[in-house]
Amino acid sequence: MTAISSTDRATAREASIAVAEARARARLRRRYALVIGLRLAILIVFLGLWELGADYNFIDPFFFSSPSGIWQQIWSWVTEGTSQGPLWLQMYVTLEETFLGFVIGALGGIAAGIILGRNRLLADVFSIYIKIANSVPRVVLGSVFIIALGLGMASKVALAVVMVFFVVFANAFQGVREADRAMIANARILGASPWQITTTVIIPSAMSWILASLHVSFGFALVGAVVGEFLGAKQGMGLLISTAQGAFNANGVFAAMIILAVMALVVEFIITRFENYVVKWRPAPFNEQGA
Amino acid sequence: MQLQSMAAEKLSPAAPPADAAIAIDDVTLRFVTPDGHMMTAIRDFTMTVARGEFACVVGPTGCGKSTTLNLVTGLLRPTTGNVRVMGNPVTDISRDIGFVFQADALFPWRSVIDNVAAGPLYRGTPKAEALERARDWIARVGLARFEKHYPHQLSGGMRKRVALAQTFINQPKILLMDEPFSALDMQTRTAMQDELLGLWSEQKSSVVFVTHDLEEAVALADKVYVLTAGPGTVKSVYRIDLPRPRVMADIRYDPKFIEIAKVIWNDLREEVQLGQSRGLQTGH
Ligand SMILES: Nc1ncnc2c1ncn2[C@@H]1O[C@H](COP(=O)(O)OP(=O)(O)OP(=O)(O)O)[C@@H](O)[C@H]1O
Ligand SMILES: [Mg+2]
Repeated sequence: MTAISSTDRATAREASIAVAEARARARLRRRYALVIGLRLAILIVFLGLWELGADYNFIDPFFFSSPSGIWQQIWSWVTEGTSQGPLWLQMYVTLEETFLGFVIGALGGIAAGIILGRNRLLADVFSIYIKIANSVPRVVLGSVFIIALGLGMASKVALAVVMVFFVVFANAFQGVREADRAMIANARILGASPWQITTTVIIPSAMSWILASLHVSFGFALVGAVVGEFLGAKQGMGLLISTAQGAFNANGVFAAMIILAVMALVVEFIITRFENYVVKWRPAPFNEQGA
Repeated sequence: MQLQSMAAEKLSPAAPPADAAIAIDDVTLRFVTPDGHMMTAIRDFTMTVARGEFACVVGPTGCGKSTTLNLVTGLLRPTTGNVRVMGNPVTDISRDIGFVFQADALFPWRSVIDNVAAGPLYRGTPKAEALERARDWIARVGLARFEKHYPHQLSGGMRKRVALAQTFINQPKILLMDEPFSALDMQTRTAMQDELLGLWSEQKSSVVFVTHDLEEAVALADKVYVLTAGPGTVKSVYRIDLPRPRVMADIRYDPKFIEIAKVIWNDLREEVQLGQSRGLQTGH
C-alpha cells in the first residue's frame, strides 16, 4: 500500500518536473527568437532609413552612398570584375598578405614572449627596447616598408607582421609570467626537463592569453595589409578602396569596406572554433552552463 | 610525567646519522626580501628522518614548514649548513622524491589519466605503459570512473586523490606532503589518511608530513617535530609509540592518543600564541 502510493507520488513528481522543463525550454526558444527578430528589425530599419534618406536627399548619396548603390557596386564587381581585375583576386591577395603577416607575426610574438618570459635577464635587458619599438606608430612603418620592399606583397606582409607581433608578444609574455609556480615546481619534481616544462606547462598555461591576443591581432593584420595596399600596391582590397576614393566613388569605398568586414568576421568565427577546440579543458562560464 | 616516557618520548636533537633518508644538519636559510633586506626563514635547523619513518612537522603559520620541505627537494638551497637525502648532498631535484603540494598543482588542461601519467611520461616511460600504470593508480584511489574528467570537473577531495596518485605512481622513496588534507572535510580527510597510511606501509617510503593540525600529526606519525614561531627552529621532537596499523576514525578516542596530544599541545601553544602576537605587531 504505502510502497504503491510512494511510487505514484514519484511518477507524479517526475511528470511535473518534465512539464516544468518543457516550459523552460519553450521560454528559452521564445527568447532566442525575440533576440534574432529584434536584430533583424534593427538592420532593416537602419538600411531602410538610409535608403529613404538617400532617395529624398536627406543624406547625400554622393558622399554617403546608399544601400542599393553599395549592392549594385558589389554586384558589378562580382559579375564584371573591378578595374584591377576580378574581385575574388583582390580578396585573395589581401587575405594572403593578411594570413602570412598574421602567422609570421603570431609565431614570432609567441616565441619571443616565451623566451623572454622564461629568462629574467633577457627580459630585463630587452624590455626597454620593446617599449621603444612598441611606441612607434606602426602604420608609419608602412611607408618605410614600401620604400624598402617595393610595391609587391613583401611590404604588406611586413606591415601586418609588425602590427601583430607586439600584441601577441605582450600577451604571450604575460601568460608565461602568470604560469602557476606550484604547477611548475610540481612538474619539476615529477621529473620534467626544462624543455618539457616549457612545452607541457608553460605553453598550455599561456594558451588562453595567446588565443585572446590572436582574436584582436587578426584584425590588426588585416589593417596592416589594407593600409599597406593603400599606400602603394598593384592589387588588393586596399588599392580598390584607394582607387574608389580617387574617383569620388563612395559606393566603391563602402562596398570594399563591407567585403573586408565579412572577411574579418568569417576568420574570427574560425579562430573561435579553433580556440574552443584547443581549450576544451576549461570550465564553461556560469552563464553558458545554465543555458 | 609517566606517559611521556611511555608513548610520547621527548627526544634530544642529535647530529643525524649518515644513512638517514633525510638529514637536515644545522641549516639556516635567509631570503632576500624585495626591499633588499635579509629575512631569516629557518635557523639552526636539525632534523632526521630514518628510512621508512613517518615524520610530522607542526608549527605556527609562517614558521618555515614549507621552506623546510623545499630544502629537501632542492628547490631551495640552504644559506649555511647542509641537507642530505639518502646519504647524498642535495644538488639537483632527486628522482627519489615525491611532493604533494599545499596548493592545488594539477595540470588543468590534462585529464585525470594524463595528470597521473605525467610523472612516468616525463621520465621517459613509453606512453602505453605509462597509461597502464596510471589506470592502475587511478583505480587504487577510487576514481576509475573519472579517468577522462578534467580537474575542474572533480570535487576538492577527488582532486587531492588525483594528486596523491600522481605522486605515488613515481614510487618515491621519499614522500613530502605539505598540508595535503587541510582543505578537506572530516570524513574525506579521515578516509584519505587511512589510504595514505596504507600506501606508506606498502611502499615503505620515508615521509615528511607538514600539518597545522596537531591531532592529525599525532595520529599519523612515528615522530612529531614542533617548530618555534618564525624564524623557525626545532623546539622539540616527540616519538609517538601508538601501535600500528592505526585506524584514523578510532584513534582520536584512544586515551593514550589524547594524553599525547595534550602534552604536545602544551608545548606548541606557546609558539602559536607567540606567532600570533608577533603577527599582530608587525601587521601581517
Ligand atoms: N620566496 C620567499 N621570499 C621571501 N620570503 C619568503 C619566501 N618564501 C617564504 N618566505 C618567508 O619565509 C617564512 C616561512 O615561510 P613558509 O612558507 O615556510 O611558512 P609555513 O610554515 O609553510 O607557513 P604556513 O603554515 O602558513 O604554510 C615566512 O615568513 C615567509 O614570509
Ligand atoms: Mg606552508
